[in-house]
Amino acid sequence: MKSLAELAAIRERMKDRVVLREGQGDIRVVVGMATCGIAAGARPVLSAFVEGVANAGLSDKVTVTQTGCIGICQYEPVVEVFEAGKEKVTYVKMTADKAKEVIEKHLKGGSPVAEYTIGSNQ
Amino acid sequence: MKELSLNILDVAKNSVKAGASLVKIEIDETDETLRITISDDGCGMKPDFLQNVTDPFCTTRTTRAVGLGIPLLKLQAEQTGGELTISSKHIDDHPEDHGTVTSALFYKNHIDMTPLGDVCGSVVTLIQGSPDIDFLYIHKTPKGDISLDTRELREVLGGDVPLDNAEVLMWITENLNEQYNSVS
Repeated sequence: MKSLAELAAIRERMKDRVVLREGQGDIRVVVGMATCGIAAGARPVLSAFVEGVANAGLSDKVTVTQTGCIGICQYEPVVEVFEAGKEKVTYVKMTADKAKEVIEKHLKGGSPVAEYTIGSNQ
Repeated sequence: MKELSLNILDVAKNSVKAGASLVKIEIDETDETLRITISDDGCGMKPDFLQNVTDPFCTTRTTRAVGLGIPLLKLQAEQTGGELTISSKHIDDHPEDHGTVTSALFYKNHIDMTPLGDVCGSVVTLIQGSPDIDFLYIHKTPKGDISLDTRELREVLGGDVPLDNAEVLMWITENLNEQYNSVS
């Protein structure tokens, strides 16, 4: 059983590390989580980003957050990637598998996955 | 919505938006019925807003004038023979004791029952999205109860580690999954 002692161990482990709060990473991944996004499947997309970013060791660089309705409900699940000094990249009709690819190629590799962006889906 | 857990995620976000500091999500299950109750200590709704809240053209969103969260939950409850009830006290009228309680009753064996789905996923998503507010989750089943209180976790983490830390979220997921396995 995952006990509270294990939770305390996480606290111990984190003690010597600077724990980043929301908005402090260089790259911000924002997942639309209003009724439209949730109904279209945004929850597993968000989970894929949260887990994938941690597993890829990108937690210091990438922050994953949720937002409300972005206004393009027909393209949900929508994910926006903001990076300082670069143009915003909007991914549409996302899935957990596409999220894994975006983490690998875009967040880690630095090049957006063009075929999943809104420009390629209109 | 394909899963009631997604309705829970959606409606609980209204509580977050209402400025709640504690959101309680309770699922009370018998062999025949399932009741979902989401209660918060947020700003509440005025009686005139409350009266229209199940109308899809009543919404707090600003990108368009349609809000389907509550109407969808109502439809899904009613199509099983159940019902949706909402009560609310606005902060202006009840400065000490304000908030909203949304409760939906479902008849589980009805052919149009929406499956509950991955509630763990919804609880973790809510915590990830609002690490500074507290969530109390209780699921009562005929075989036993599942519960999670972020206030207890916060006490153990002692303010050093936020609840949206990836390892903490993984701990929560595994803890809930283990609780579910022990009652299934």
